[in-house]
Amino acid sequence: MRRFREQVQNTEGGTDLIIRTSVRLMVPFIQLFGLYVIVHGHYSPGGGFQGGVLLGSAFILLALAYGVEYSKKYMSEFANFLTVNIGVFIFVGFGILCALVGGFFLDYGAMANVFPMPLPEWRYWGVFVVEVGVGMGVMGIMVSLYWDLASAGSRKEGL
Amino acid sequence: MSVVVTIMLAAGLFFFAVGTLGVLRFPDFYTRLHAAGKCDTFAAILTLAALALFNLQEFTVENLLVSLKIMSIAAFVFIASPTATHALTEAALIVGVEPWEKKGKS
Repeated sequence: MRRFREQVQNTEGGTDLIIRTSVRLMVPFIQLFGLYVIVHGHYSPGGGFQGGVLLGSAFILLALAYGVEYSKKYMSEFANFLTVNIGVFIFVGFGILCALVGGFFLDYGAMANVFPMPLPEWRYWGVFVVEVGVGMGVMGIMVSLYWDLASAGSRKEGL
Repeated sequence: MSVVVTIMLAAGLFFFAVGTLGVLRFPDFYTRLHAAGKCDTFAAILTLAALALFNLQEFTVENLLVSLKIMSIAAFVFIASPTATHALTEAALIVGVEPWEKKGKS
């Protein structure tokens, strides 16, 4: 038993081949499902928040299995920062744009005054745009929360 | 068809019950994980397959799609649940949880 434990402890990185392989198998499908949830958010269960959480959790799974440094190769801190801010900007910007053209905040129907498209279609695409923004924001926040908490703020070495 | 579905659901419930009994009654961490990991995976697959079959009673394209989605959930559980059990066991091994031994032995 002790020999076996030492053998496990000496593998570099902390996690072994089984976890890494199945994470590599699962991550693309989780990301695909996250995109599906975001895109189908306006007429089925789900939406921007849930899809963003799924995308972020796929990334967290990668960071858990391979380490924080490895996950930063695929999305740097600056890219993460940019994702969060663009997401929030899309959400708030679209809402304020609706207010500027003569409706309320996030009143998508008002956009029909500016850009000629039927009112129901504006409602449909407005919800979609806002949910893409929410999804981007939530995904980035999830990933950066994990980075901060798992590495105790240093962002160098995770769990 | 419904006889097969009933048998599969009953078998799934049986394995869930056995797994729960194992989690409650086994003596230490590793054996409890053994019970939880194996029984729950198999029972979940049986139950989901029964649901997919039940959904296919009227064979249309939409029902086939829904059944395929259910079976893909089953495939995901089939990969993810044993991996989670493995990760938990490895973490316990690294931290140093001692396995249970019969009293009086060794």
